[in-house]
Amino acid sequence: MKKIFSHPKSLRNISTHYCSGCGHGIAHRLIAEVVDELGIRERVIGICPVGCAVVAYDYWDFDCSEAAHGRGLAVATAIKRVRPENIVFTYQGDGDLAAIGTNETIHAANRGENLTVIFINNAVYGMTGGQMAPTTLLGQKTATTPEGRTSLMQGWPLKISEMLAMLPGVKYVERASLDSPGGIIKSKKAIKQAFENQINKVGFSLVELLSACPTYWNMPANQSLEWIKNSMIKEFPLGKIK
Amino acid sequence: MGKIIINKERCKGCMLCITFCPKGFISADKKLNKKGVKPVKFEENPECLGCSMCAIVCPDCCIEVYK
Repeated sequence: MKKIFSHPKSLRNISTHYCSGCGHGIAHRLIAEVVDELGIRERVIGICPVGCAVVAYDYWDFDCSEAAHGRGLAVATAIKRVRPENIVFTYQGDGDLAAIGTNETIHAANRGENLTVIFINNAVYGMTGGQMAPTTLLGQKTATTPEGRTSLMQGWPLKISEMLAMLPGVKYVERASLDSPGGIIKSKKAIKQAFENQINKVGFSLVELLSACPTYWNMPANQSLEWIKNSMIKEFPLGKIK
Repeated sequence: MGKIIINKERCKGCMLCITFCPKGFISADKKLNKKGVKPVKFEENPECLGCSMCAIVCPDCCIEVYK
């Protein structure tokens, strides 16, 4: 028998701190697989966010840097400009990229920096205890919206990928979902495209991944995947945006 | 014919592999692991397709697939 699936080389063979059923583990693995397949492990530099994935540098076996909350793309811009031969990507959650880091995100995109952004959208703040994020759905109960989010009080879910796609500097935006084996395979394809764009100097590429947070959605892991399929995808339609 | 090997000590018991196994050969183990959760176990069966669905959805990269 031949081994057909195992741990990618760029992912350390250790247990992560993520909760059971968390989508971060899948996203980490997909990035590691893409880095291995493209043979860029010695060239890649990952920028880790503040959020649940703050210690992602402990899990990836390639060079990483940490950024202050939301400032991933500012740090990535600096590294890419000083070391243009390196492949620089940021890994950011919804609170990091679409709330505290909106300024850095929009301006890095508007400058058309040749960077890759992996945006994990789980509609909630995970690390700080399940508070409302900009991408929280209407009616979704969180620690700070115990009666459910209402447009009157908290506004509508922020579609940051669609907003960024409007900018001329942005070359590739795709939204995929980590809700099923098929969705995970499509997500990997999108991540690979975003990295290839940077290698080919195409420009700013962003992949948004709809990811499960069973702990703060208060449901078992398999139900949280159903919730992505039945609720999240309606608000955040999948596919290539630009 | 396929076969999987599960890293039971790393498994967090999310059971996503059970949900997506088309043949239903994966189930919850009765014995707890060191984390204190019930990991999953695989019953070897020549009808296992080696389709890797379980490994693709595993958030903790606990599953190795052989075919």
